Amino acid sequence: MINATLKELSAALAAKKVSAVELTTLFLDRIDRLNPVLNAFVSTDRDKTLAMARATDASGKVGASTTPLAGIPLAHKDIFCTEGWRTSCGSKMLANFVSPYDATVVEKFKAAGMVTLGKLNMDEFAMGSSNETSFFGPVKNPWDTGCVPGGSSGGSAAAVAARLAPAATGTDTGGSIRQPAALCGLTGLKPTYGVVSRYGMIAFASSLDQGGPMAKSAEDCALLLNAMAGFDERDSTSLERPAEDYARNLEQPLAGLRIGLPKEFFGEGMDTDVRAAVDAALAEYRKLGATTVEVALPNSGLSVPAYYVIAPAEASSNLSRFDGVRYGYRAPEYGDLNDMYSKSRAQGFGEEVKRRILIGTYVLSHGYYDAYYLQAQKIRRLIANDFAEAFKQCDVIMGPTAPSVAFRFGEKSADPVQMYLSDIYTIAVNLAGLPGMSIPCGFGAAHSSNPMPVGLQIVGPWFGEAKMLNVAHRFQLATDWHTRMPAGL
Amino acid sequence: MNQWEVVIGLETHAQLRTQSKIFSGASTAFGAEPNRQACAVDIALPGVLPVFNREAAVCAIKFGLAVGAAIAPRSIFARKNYFYPDLPKGYQISQFEIPVVSGGGLTIRVGEAEKHVNLTRAHLEEDAGKSLHEDFHGKTGIDLNRAGTPLLEIVTEPDMRSSAEAVAYAKTLHALVTWIGICDGNMQEGSFRCDANVSVRKPGDPLGTRREIKNLNSFRFLQQAIDYEIHWQINEIEEGRKIQQATVLFDPDTGETRAMRSKEDAHDYRYFPDPDLLPLEITPAWIEAVKAELPELPQAMQARFVTDYGLSAYDAATLTATRETAKYFEDCVAAASRENAKTCANWIMGELSARLNRDGLDIAAVPLTPTLLAGIVRRIADNTLSNKLAKEVFEALWAGEGKDADAVIEARGLKQISDSAAIEALIDEVLAANPKSVEEFRSGKDKAFNALVGQVMKATKGKANPQQVNDLLRQKLG
Repeated sequence: MINATLKELSAALAAKKVSAVELTTLFLDRIDRLNPVLNAFVSTDRDKTLAMARATDASGKVGASTTPLAGIPLAHKDIFCTEGWRTSCGSKMLANFVSPYDATVVEKFKAAGMVTLGKLNMDEFAMGSSNETSFFGPVKNPWDTGCVPGGSSGGSAAAVAARLAPAATGTDTGGSIRQPAALCGLTGLKPTYGVVSRYGMIAFASSLDQGGPMAKSAEDCALLLNAMAGFDERDSTSLERPAEDYARNLEQPLAGLRIGLPKEFFGEGMDTDVRAAVDAALAEYRKLGATTVEVALPNSGLSVPAYYVIAPAEASSNLSRFDGVRYGYRAPEYGDLNDMYSKSRAQGFGEEVKRRILIGTYVLSHGYYDAYYLQAQKIRRLIANDFAEAFKQCDVIMGPTAPSVAFRFGEKSADPVQMYLSDIYTIAVNLAGLPGMSIPCGFGAAHSSNPMPVGLQIVGPWFGEAKMLNVAHRFQLATDWHTRMPAGL
Repeated sequence: MNQWEVVIGLETHAQLRTQSKIFSGASTAFGAEPNRQACAVDIALPGVLPVFNREAAVCAIKFGLAVGAAIAPRSIFARKNYFYPDLPKGYQISQFEIPVVSGGGLTIRVGEAEKHVNLTRAHLEEDAGKSLHEDFHGKTGIDLNRAGTPLLEIVTEPDMRSSAEAVAYAKTLHALVTWIGICDGNMQEGSFRCDANVSVRKPGDPLGTRREIKNLNSFRFLQQAIDYEIHWQINEIEEGRKIQQATVLFDPDTGETRAMRSKEDAHDYRYFPDPDLLPLEITPAWIEAVKAELPELPQAMQARFVTDYGLSAYDAATLTATRETAKYFEDCVAAASRENAKTCANWIMGELSARLNRDGLDIAAVPLTPTLLAGIVRRIADNTLSNKLAKEVFEALWAGEGKDADAVIEARGLKQISDSAAIEALIDEVLAANPKSVEEFRSGKDKAFNALVGQVMKATKGKANPQQVNDLLRQKLG
């Protein structure tokens, strides 16, 4: 049951082979047993979760064609506001914050009848690529607990990889769904900017943030995206488009598919084990009838610097509301108002968050704005244009998701720039607002004696989610990388 | 003082009359219990997002049209970042580089002189909440009901040269925003508040260093604060000190301004486009639709009153001070007929206005309707009433006596005596009873004539037509 696809779980629930309560209990028991090691969940509440499962069993949603996911448990990254649940965003600042409302994504999954299994650990305010910045301690990679799970959606990735949850939500600002999915051997999808509502998703960098599903397969992701996506009038950047069935093209054969390979993604910096797995995956695609073509993203080298101007700039402003006045952490002792602000924020935020607030404050300062922020926005447009050009020659773009397999704790945490380069292949996709996925495509062993998963990144054109999912699904029909599971769990 | 030129620019925050807030669905009504009209967006819970209220844009478009400004086809919301307890997000959503309204201007009147004040811009923004420093035992209370209330910040060029001009501008602007219905104009509740930028220079010199007086919420304070500031600045310079750029507050109790912060500790607001909001796009079709619902503007109406009704420019300006006054006047003229427009105007600006002031009433709610006043005017026009009798009828109608002017005239027997024979008979009696006055008049004393008129009027209990009495008396004596 723990390895079942969402479709299989849905069928079992519909056939009453299992109830939502039984299924939920199965996963709660696994969480109780394995979470103390993995630290993937930061909040669970057995009573609340089982009450929801019972209500779902009684609701008539299970087995109904409009709610195919009803009765299946799901865990949320702790960045999504969830009514009645602590929503901490991985920070001491919000360690005492119980949300009085549901994010749109949470609301949609509730409406779909999915059962909230708990809240998942993450890098503090989604700032990090290793989950080492969480106030609640790092998440361990289930494939090797000495290695990072990636970040910032590291709790989501570890939970699904260790089968503590059938699926999870994540968010991706610069690679935070795709990179941990790669490092934990999962399928994760970041939609086109504006496809999934950001309402109730605690903002890191508003113009880049996008929620998405993390699961065991492309097919699961398609079903989850069906429930998650859609116009939301509460988010002004949400796109008003007709609803679509993201699973509609899953089975289409890939004959004639043109895969663009950006030469900038296959140069130096990529580990050899990653390169070997990606090359093998591309060979598999050729076997499936696809052709590959080299494309150019000449400005992609500028994406990391542009990102580290834009994202911190927006974050420095987005995080101003955490001031200790209305909710969240307030320093126990302080003098005047300014002292309350500085003590509360100094004590409530971790090092990486403070670093980014400082960078962001600096680049927006009078006299620096033009040189940094405006310049970065121009680069952003150039990068989007590069992709638009590339998509004239291909249907999807592929490359590695991350330059290496999961690295060891502490390996990069002392050097922020090394850490930032973990997202070198994913960041450009956010800057351009494009949809991107990571799917498992093999294993490497550069950082561990265990085989560690390698992710293949698939980037689609704007609103190309259904195409990307089709491309991923056909690969998963032909290979079994996505069904592999960490040993000993 | 004469050797100094005063330079003033005003920034006015007009609270817009929308039902809900500029970026949330919460109500904007004034006076609710603290924090009862602050929703998740207003208190800036984690994860919430702003959604622009298009009614606020309608207000901005109306204003832009009314002042002849350019309305930006695409304006941008920006974040103004600073920390303050009543600013829940840690930034205010405003407009910075591209405001919704640019340029335009207002014609103001100081005494008989007219002057054009140019506007720099008007932009949309949200208001902050309020910090309450009393009643919390040394702590500060925060009320976020006002947080997110839509404001239009209207900025002038430094075109004004005296506190009188600044007040005239503020009054004209106040009249305009209430006229077009975008602001309730309630200054006590803070719906209309001014910041004044004041500097002085020798005529012909470049602009002096300015100080900004914040948050003036009455015309009187505006005048007092500017006058004090001018005096203070001139004194500083004449005593050899330099003016430092600063933000100052006016204390109505002492009548003085006092520095709040200097340029050195001015905020760096780190403006940048708000990534949560799309640009505000305003199409020509939208502007046309708003134009169609815009009322006739005061200046156009003034011009029409001069040409159509033959009023003086002064009268036309007075009658268009508010939309309600103008409506009262036009309704009155409609009932009294156009050739009596001047008489209607005189009664509205004179007797009616004095009464409204005395009783603290609003012209829109006055029991003496335009039709009733028109009834009096018509009886003056056809000589049924003298001015004196008309005032008596006005008093009676004001007090609610009688259903209209004619009823009061009938009931009180106030009809003017215009029967020549009757008046002649009375004149004869008066002449016979006052031979001394007749003698004096004949020997060239004009005063005696007036005394005789007075006697005749007295004999008729004031009901004779004074002009007629004059004419007949001259005939008799001539």
